[in-house]
Amino acid sequence: MKLFELTWQYLTTAASWTGEGGLLDRMGEQLLLTVTALLVGMLVGLPLALWLGHLGRGGFLAINISNIGRAIPTFALLAVLVTADWPGPAYFGPYGRAGLATLIALALFALPPLVTNAYTAVREVSADVLEAADGMGMSGLQRFWRVELPLALPLVMSGVRLALVQVWATATIAALVAGPGIGAIIVSGFARNRYSEGIGAALVVAVVALVLEVLAALVQRAVTPGRAAAPRRKTRQPVGAGV
Amino acid sequence: MPVTLTALAAEPSCYSAFVNEWWCAQYVEDRRDDIVAATTEHLQITVAAVLLGLVLAFPLALVARRFPRLESLVLGVSTGLYTVPSLALLPLLVPFTGLTATTVVIGLGVYALTVLVRGFLDGLRSVPDDVVESAVGLGYGSTRLLLKVQLPLALPVLVASMRVATVSTVALTTVGTLVSYGGLGDLISHGVQRNFRAELVTAAVLCVVLALILDVILVLVQRVLTPWTRTAGR
Repeated sequence: MKLFELTWQYLTTAASWTGEGGLLDRMGEQLLLTVTALLVGMLVGLPLALWLGHLGRGGFLAINISNIGRAIPTFALLAVLVTADWPGPAYFGPYGRAGLATLIALALFALPPLVTNAYTAVREVSADVLEAADGMGMSGLQRFWRVELPLALPLVMSGVRLALVQVWATATIAALVAGPGIGAIIVSGFARNRYSEGIGAALVVAVVALVLEVLAALVQRAVTPGRAAAPRRKTRQPVGAGV
Repeated sequence: MPVTLTALAAEPSCYSAFVNEWWCAQYVEDRRDDIVAATTEHLQITVAAVLLGLVLAFPLALVARRFPRLESLVLGVSTGLYTVPSLALLPLLVPFTGLTATTVVIGLGVYALTVLVRGFLDGLRSVPDDVVESAVGLGYGSTRLLLKVQLPLALPVLVASMRVATVSTVALTTVGTLVSYGGLGDLISHGVQRNFRAELVTAAVLCVVLALILDVILVLVQRVLTPWTRTAGR
């Protein structure tokens, strides 16, 4: 297969990695986008979802935001944002072409896993524990900080992990609307019949995705206290929206 | 100049070199054939991908159940594949299947597979042990037990995962535009390239509508296939 040789050649040539628009340049761009969007999503989504979970309200929102997020194609939202007058396809600092549009789309698609998991996490704290906290005379705020939040943390982190995977994938798709990131090399490779470049860049995207997933899994394990003693959680974790 | 303006005003069209409305009934009318063709392709790719996922997930789930040691392997590998972004997975399939609809169907089938394997496993796990025991006591063999008792009872959980898989596959099909088989995604892509708002918004709305319709169909199918779940609550 000639294509494999060409791809290998592309990936082992230093010039493919360095320089403007090279693999490293694009990878930096995409990592920056991913981290920024994830942080924005967490800042907006987590406090809201955790507090709603504490109050026990808004379950309807928490469940439906996931379903809506799944049904709206990432590509379609990106297309609308880029074609609109604002944010449009303008360059945005280090985030590259259509940077702002991409950031908005990424942050929006980070929300469903974050909100749903955080809300569920607080709601799943067992009633006995809450009763004990009330019995000890804790105020609502104390109960939230000292009981609900620590117990919810592992599931919240699994939401962050899903969101990370989701955001990285969405950041790749941004290239379909001429956006930034490694996806740009994939799309231009396919558009110019240089398939080896597209396939090489796709390999890089896939490997980074797996590395991010493993890192996130390690962080999640680190924040899960006494996991050996805890009863095994049901394996049915919500699988993300998929991109 | 006034002449041009009148000519423009006379034109009923809400899309032209000068007007770029987000929503335009005229566009839908003019390009009806294109839209229908794209929607049909979208539907075909989605259904084929979910069916492929279903066909692959079933034996995998059975193997994972039969050999518990393999369960974490099956789940781990499928979750790993799920982690790979769609825009990266499609190019990786191209050396094997070329720039065809098959590439898109296989790629999306892999994502559906991840959700469906979990659906099968959770569904089979949700069957009460005493029901299985009674069936064994009645002399059910393992195949008949699976087909007549376990699968029907696993159906509600399984259908729930099929709904997730189907709705996300409808959305993901748009990415197939990378290899020119994206159904409505091709219209979105064209709309972005030509800065044609009506085209991309129509395609986006159709995507969401298609997802909703398929979701409703699955809910109805489940209601028909599991009549006992409707009376259980009373």
